[in-house]
Amino acid sequence: MDTKGFYYDIIIAGFGGQGVLAIGNLLAYAAMKEGRQVTFLPTYGVEMRGGTANCTVVISSKEIGSPIVQRPHAVISMNLPSLLKYGIRVLPKGLLMVNSSLIDLKEVSRKDIELLAIPVNDIANQNGNPKLANMIALGAFIEKTKWVTFSSVFESLEKVFDERHHGLIPSNIKAIQIGAEYVKSLL
Amino acid sequence: MSQNIEKILVRGNEAVAMGAIDAGCLLFFGYPITPQNEIPEYLSKHLPPLGGEFIQAESEIASINLLLGASATGARAMSSSSSPGISLMQEGLSYMAGSELPVVIVNISRSGPGLGGISASQGDYFQATRGGGHGDYRMIVLAPSTVQEMYNLTCLAFDLADKYRNPAMVLGDALIGQMKEPLTRQKAEKMDLPPKDWALTGARGRKPNKIKSLYLQEGELTEHNWKLYQKYERMKKEEVRFEMVNAEDARLIIVAFGSMARVSKTAMEMAREEGMKVGLFRPITLFPYPEKGLYDISKQVKQFLTVELNTGQMVEDVKLSVDRDAEVHFYGKPPGALPPPEEILEQIRKYYR
Repeated sequence: MDTKGFYYDIIIAGFGGQGVLAIGNLLAYAAMKEGRQVTFLPTYGVEMRGGTANCTVVISSKEIGSPIVQRPHAVISMNLPSLLKYGIRVLPKGLLMVNSSLIDLKEVSRKDIELLAIPVNDIANQNGNPKLANMIALGAFIEKTKWVTFSSVFESLEKVFDERHHGLIPSNIKAIQIGAEYVKSLL
Repeated sequence: MSQNIEKILVRGNEAVAMGAIDAGCLLFFGYPITPQNEIPEYLSKHLPPLGGEFIQAESEIASINLLLGASATGARAMSSSSSPGISLMQEGLSYMAGSELPVVIVNISRSGPGLGGISASQGDYFQATRGGGHGDYRMIVLAPSTVQEMYNLTCLAFDLADKYRNPAMVLGDALIGQMKEPLTRQKAEKMDLPPKDWALTGARGRKPNKIKSLYLQEGELTEHNWKLYQKYERMKKEEVRFEMVNAEDARLIIVAFGSMARVSKTAMEMAREEGMKVGLFRPITLFPYPEKGLYDISKQVKQFLTVELNTGQMVEDVKLSVDRDAEVHFYGKPPGALPPPEEILEQIRKYYR
């Protein structure tokens, strides 16, 4: 990894309020902590108010040109509209991670990609905090791809979250770990 | 040294605000507008504890005139806005150019014309480089392409404004303002700048200074305009900045600035992977425009592809700059959708020979 060049891009999408921007922010921050080049490009404005929300994260060994990505290596899709919009854009052999709590897997038509179905809302509910579905997704994604280490993500939480929310960091760490455990249990 | 400074992941807009603070700017006047609101948001929080002043004025017209007053006292001051707001500020910019006041204006441009939309656009190139206000004036215009440059060029804008006693603009857009990238917040070495002995600081013990743009005596205005002209000529000699990548063996060179330059850079790399020798020429100063840099490279490369997020503005400067037998092609997109690198690659394939 250190000597070889690498490049990886991800689109994370869902509806406003699902915390997709937090997932992207944490991935980008953690990758930066590990000395990589990163870009984080959010959609913003009208789209944030209840509509779709998405962000693009690029992680690379060298300076990143375009923060806009047409065909990503991975998509994390938190709801059905985002699956329909971005699922078709994943590169062949890429990773499509879907929130199977809200998406019927019959909607996934592609056979040329790797599908990872995680019922993130159900898992979050079972663990007592439905608001942490995004952190379940993040934990699952990192366990699956290993693009960043868990310790970098945990350290990034206090940078990404506003200080007034720092009390929530332990529960977020727990949720990330639960998401990771779920992926391990699939193996 | 820079290795010791921890990198932070910030939006381009926040980097502008940090650059302003690190350049010693303690005064901000503005009126909110998307997609630049993170600049006033950051400064409203961070200027007062530093002893600075953040004023949300009742309008952009009020903001620009507050800025005029502040800079007349010799203080470093700035305003930021986005396209429609910048249009409202044009009268003030013309007055400040005429009065030779050093200020920094940031335009995180959005789509127009009119209220347009909040998506990224490079449709304000003409307004920025041709003097959107009245009169025969010029503004220094810097076009950052990365979050780090949003910081660095904001710092530089203050120095250049002071060096020339002239307004300087940082021209970004929604893409570069909203995206996050690692930033090393390290102050640049300050330029050696002339003393502000023209400033209105109270005339006790000296002759009063006057800041004005009205010249009614015969010959006075002509002389003033020649003086401004000499200043613009000096900027052209001393301040041109651009980046050139892979030009040595190139058969086609993309010319693009700001956000489109970085998308073009990826398109260039894709083209190189396909065996096409493509380079990139990125103007960093839009005024003064890197005419000579383009002319020099057009002696050996004859195909140019200008890429802009508008339907054709900077391409005119490219055409004016290159050697007469060079071909200048254009790919532009009106605001609303951002072209991914694949789209630019297609254009490269079309013109590469």
